[in-house]
Amino acid sequence: MRRIIRVRRGRSQVTDAESTERSLISPLEWYKPSVRIAHWAIIALLVLLTLTTLGPLFWMLSGALKSSVEIYRTPPQLWPAAPEWSNFSKAWTELNSLLYLGNTAALAVGAVVLQLLVSATAAYSLSKLKPVLGNALLFFFLSTLMVPALAYLIPQYLTVVHLPIFGISLTDSWWAVWLPEAANAFNIIVLKSFFDSIPNDLVEAARIDGANALQIFIRIILPLSRPALAVVAMFTIFATWKDFLWPLLVLTDPSKEPVSVALYQLGIAASNGVPQNVLLAGFIFALLPPLILFLVFQRQIIRGVNTTGIRG
Amino acid sequence: MVTVKHRKLLGIQTPPASRVHPLVRFARRHTAGLLFLLPALLLFAFFVWYPIIYGFVLSFQDNSLFGGSGSWVGLGNFRRIFADPLFTVAWGNTLKFALYGLLFGYAIPVVLALAINEVRYGKAYFRLAFYLPVIIPPLVTVFLWGYMYTPDGGLLNGLLGQIGIGNQPWLQSPNSALQSLVVVTTWANAGGTMLIYLAALQSIPAELYEAAELDGAGIARRIWHVVLPQIRGVMLIMLILQIIATFQIFTEPFTLTSGGPVNSTTTIMLLIYYYAFQNADLGAASALSVILFLVLVTLSLGYFGVTRRLWAAGE
Repeated sequence: MRRIIRVRRGRSQVTDAESTERSLISPLEWYKPSVRIAHWAIIALLVLLTLTTLGPLFWMLSGALKSSVEIYRTPPQLWPAAPEWSNFSKAWTELNSLLYLGNTAALAVGAVVLQLLVSATAAYSLSKLKPVLGNALLFFFLSTLMVPALAYLIPQYLTVVHLPIFGISLTDSWWAVWLPEAANAFNIIVLKSFFDSIPNDLVEAARIDGANALQIFIRIILPLSRPALAVVAMFTIFATWKDFLWPLLVLTDPSKEPVSVALYQLGIAASNGVPQNVLLAGFIFALLPPLILFLVFQRQIIRGVNTTGIRG
Repeated sequence: MVTVKHRKLLGIQTPPASRVHPLVRFARRHTAGLLFLLPALLLFAFFVWYPIIYGFVLSFQDNSLFGGSGSWVGLGNFRRIFADPLFTVAWGNTLKFALYGLLFGYAIPVVLALAINEVRYGKAYFRLAFYLPVIIPPLVTVFLWGYMYTPDGGLLNGLLGQIGIGNQPWLQSPNSALQSLVVVTTWANAGGTMLIYLAALQSIPAELYEAAELDGAGIARRIWHVVLPQIRGVMLIMLILQIIATFQIFTEPFTLTSGGPVNSTTTIMLLIYYYAFQNADLGAASALSVILFLVLVTLSLGYFGVTRRLWAAGE
């Protein structure tokens, strides 16, 4: 049965690996004219619907290229008569884009390094070393998943402003973003369940060969877990790029702000006369890095959504 | 496995390790594991566990952003926020957000996933195009929609004008602001949920469709009797997750409407923010956070209950 479908699919040039199984509609039904017509109608409808997601992005680009006069003209113009590419260079300098994009990139890199380090060591310990109280601690890590971070935003903010025991303030330092973000129970579970799938025999063999816990971690566990680490790293980058409220609260020094906070301050909160078309160009700069990253790694990301259940 | 008894029988010398003090042996066994856990432990202690407890303490104290006495006021903070007319308004709005979110957005990902899973051309393109908004930073999303919602000369009113419909106020009227924001959140999130449903649809075994066909079920009846029962668990999980997410809605009303017009989009998170960072009233902000905390934990317990039951059922 399956072979028949493969042949038919082969003829209809479906190359997607996931579609080799039959789904709702049976191979026989594909011969019915009514099914074929409905199929093309659904495709047409889907194409129209993608206009609702791609259309606004196109509108953003066309708006960024319009002159200040054209931008609010009715009826709406699909594409400006004379595209003003200079809006992009204006946005680059007037909105200080390089600084703020650089800040976001630095926040993302630091977040990836710290989160991988903290989550992987904890997951390794809980999965392979299994120290005393390990299960109790795992429970305490997991129970924080039940409490969305916004529910303790205020006390967390106060903790960062005045760190107990150390008595220092982390505000205006990137550590104020990196450290709280790195306490991420979800990463620990994702990595722990991946480490659980690495055979214990491998770890035992290395131990008999005289490797200590650190060597096993670096030489065996980490190299074998590259796909899982990549997924965690990718979602960390997207999460950092999306972050808004927390950096708005803890990074009040304008030279430390990530691009999301800077664009909010310059473009939405203050009406200090940056024209709308230049702002749109600035927002496009903020959108490009995650967009490019997504387009390059879309297969891995979509697989990551399917295996971890993080929706991005 | 060679036990001590076997060793004696075989005449093997018991290794000296067994003469090591039990405490030392215990330390050797567990030190590495605990050391590896230490970074996570410290971070969770400082930035999650301590703040959660601290939040409860703060809700019973008199504190302001600029210091404050820190004296105990019992339930004073809670009485104060209950007396605030915005308390009921904000809860009402938050519930409305959840309700409209389900009304506008709950079915869309299911239908999209079902359609994309069946079509034979452009599958990868559709999946990509519908997922795209999910990776756009929320600040870009809200700015883009604010631009399209502009009453005079914005895209949406421009398009409506083309088909002879007059200007709509969108975000600027208390009657439509909340719904307009729900459109934005639905636009931004539907693609992620769609991917989850696609994965669920692909895991439905082909035998179930074949069996239904043998029983004479057409396409519509197969959707009703095979597909929906198979993805019911995922749909329930997505329902709870969506409600939990809308209870924390902040960025969209904060940036696009600042809770207005006439408080029609003030949500609980927005009210907490205003208490803390506009009124500097940490007592009220913490008391409201505690209430939100309890509501969210209740919802999450429901979520974990559902997932556990589904796992137990072997789905």
